[in-house]
Amino acid sequence: MKGNEAIGEAAIAAGCRYFFGYPITPQSELPEYLARRFPEVGGVYLQAESEVAAINMVYGAAATGARVLTSSSSPGISLKQEGISYAAGSELPCLIVNIMRGGPGLGGIQPAQSDYFQATKGGGHGDYKVIVLAPASVQELADMVGTGFDLADKYRNPAMILGDGFLGQMMEPVDFAGIKKSKIVEKTWAVGCKKGRERNVHTSLYLDPEELEKHNIKLAQKYELIAENETMAQEYLTEDAEIVVVAYGLVARICKAAVEKARSEGIRAGVFRPITLWPFPQKELRKAVAAARGVLAVEMSMGQMVEDVRLCLEGRLPVRFYGRAGGMAPTTQAVYEEIKKISLECKGVE
Amino acid sequence: MAQVSFNEELCKGCGLCVEYCPLKIIELSEKINSMGYHPAQIIDVNRCTGCAFCAMMCPDVVIRIER
Amino acid sequence: MEVVFQRPQALTEEKFSYCPGCHHGIIHRLVAEVIDELGIIDNTVCVSSVGCSVVNYQFFATDAIQAAHGRAPAAATGVKRASPDSIVFTYQGDGDLAAMGTAEIIHAAARNENITVVFVNNAIYGMTGGQMAPTTLKGQKTTTSPYGRDSKREGNPIRVCELLNSLDGPAYLERVSVHDPKHVIRAKKAIKKAFQLQVKGRGFSLVEVLSACPTNWHLSPLASIEWVQKELMAYYPLGVFREAGEVDGEC
Repeated sequence: MKGNEAIGEAAIAAGCRYFFGYPITPQSELPEYLARRFPEVGGVYLQAESEVAAINMVYGAAATGARVLTSSSSPGISLKQEGISYAAGSELPCLIVNIMRGGPGLGGIQPAQSDYFQATKGGGHGDYKVIVLAPASVQELADMVGTGFDLADKYRNPAMILGDGFLGQMMEPVDFAGIKKSKIVEKTWAVGCKKGRERNVHTSLYLDPEELEKHNIKLAQKYELIAENETMAQEYLTEDAEIVVVAYGLVARICKAAVEKARSEGIRAGVFRPITLWPFPQKELRKAVAAARGVLAVEMSMGQMVEDVRLCLEGRLPVRFYGRAGGMAPTTQAVYEEIKKISLECKGVE
Repeated sequence: MAQVSFNEELCKGCGLCVEYCPLKIIELSEKINSMGYHPAQIIDVNRCTGCAFCAMMCPDVVIRIER
Repeated sequence: MEVVFQRPQALTEEKFSYCPGCHHGIIHRLVAEVIDELGIIDNTVCVSSVGCSVVNYQFFATDAIQAAHGRAPAAATGVKRASPDSIVFTYQGDGDLAAMGTAEIIHAAARNENITVVFVNNAIYGMTGGQMAPTTLKGQKTTTSPYGRDSKREGNPIRVCELLNSLDGPAYLERVSVHDPKHVIRAKKAIKKAFQLQVKGRGFSLVEVLSACPTNWHLSPLASIEWVQKELMAYYPLGVFREAGEVDGEC
């Protein structure tokens, strides 16, 4: 199944019945899919007049306790930033999918990973975080939809899936059984038809600074909880690796091939793949590079996640970066050569 | 004959009730409420017909009327 | 003795935060009276906008969500689509609806979204202290049109009811005022009809209420009312612009 469409089917399996979106390459297959499928399952698909309107429709639907999805690609996600900040401030769970494309500005329609900062450092205003998940296959893309909804509901916070044009457009086998198990939380805080309960109000407005600070502290404590409990990462051959390549999403698969090539020539390399980009898997990364002498971050951008790698390792060992941007993807050969360069440096042969 | 009560703590002394009372039996009192406004009060409740014009024009739901 | 006039149940006990003589208070009360009379308080969701009325969720005793500036019609769409049995209304000022949220209001109307919009037009930005709004009249002085609004520089005011009336979508559009008891009664009837249409699923209803803003017009409450009559109503004629299908039963 095509990645974009797998997201739609996974959303249905996860109990989501509301989607508000807007066409933008390379994710339009998702709204198209749900426009066909949702009516079959009693879902509501609505194409909004803009991504700004779409995210605010998501805000409204989320307030009723519904599982609600929206998706876009880079420029559209920029338009949604204010709404995402409101959802975080009002603690309303929702799932936002960003099928990234080259930027900045109108950029291009080829895949990229240059929205990492926007997603993990907060593209909107205020101290808030979005739970950011980075799948590397169509199956994981589908699984992350279930995980994303569960985490969003569990912590009453927006969650985001950071995919890229490749993932959205490529086709791979996918099984949705695993998603059905995800539990749907009963939401007493929801607005809508109330039977004998107190009225519910959702706002992010706190004119009294003491109240707003308390609210910020409450959110910060939530984010600490998420960081402690929800980090996810995957490792490949890092146990004895002297060089650890850090990459997420599809790029990690390219790096896997490069690592295997390096291994075949006696260079002990491994791949560390963060699955949660926020919260960044710091503990796991520190453990993975404990025996390593060099780290290489590889991204389809000019270098964004590399900063979190450096922050996490706090100068313990050198962190190199290799990236392609604008829609270009790193080749296995190029990554392999970067690994080799570092390996030589480590041996002091250069 | 009607009974009119003013929740003086809500009144902001805007004077709309004074203006729109057809019998001109409402005025702003000398007293000052906790917000520092002169709350409206009825001068001669016996003449009040309970038409509720004052209450309709009141922006702060100060006035309650029984008839 | 029988109660003739009292505070509606759909209003909380909270004191209004509005200036003396501001018509928001009257309009809030009318909306609350309608909610009481239609017996829908348990299913009503207020979608607050950004402006002087931003905290109106403290005044309406219903469920409520606070929407980003201009986005209330979109948020309301989300609520209504996800909870169709809810009665959803937005309460917006002219900056929120006719400037920031122009796209949202036009598309909600074009979709004939089954929500009710209470649109308060006082031809100025109140909360932020008297700046020019899209509905500011020609020649009207504000803090950002200090020499009076000049069509060549600041363009012309937007008549929202007429604008939306060009769309096939909306079911009900009426402009009213609350500058005297007769018009208050008329305004309440319009608001009630709008909510009734939503209850019957007839689609998008909007009531534009001309409103005074004594503080930022630098006029007394009474002089503001004259200004509404003489100036506002001259440019924004009252009346029903769209009425799809009759509402059976007493209005």
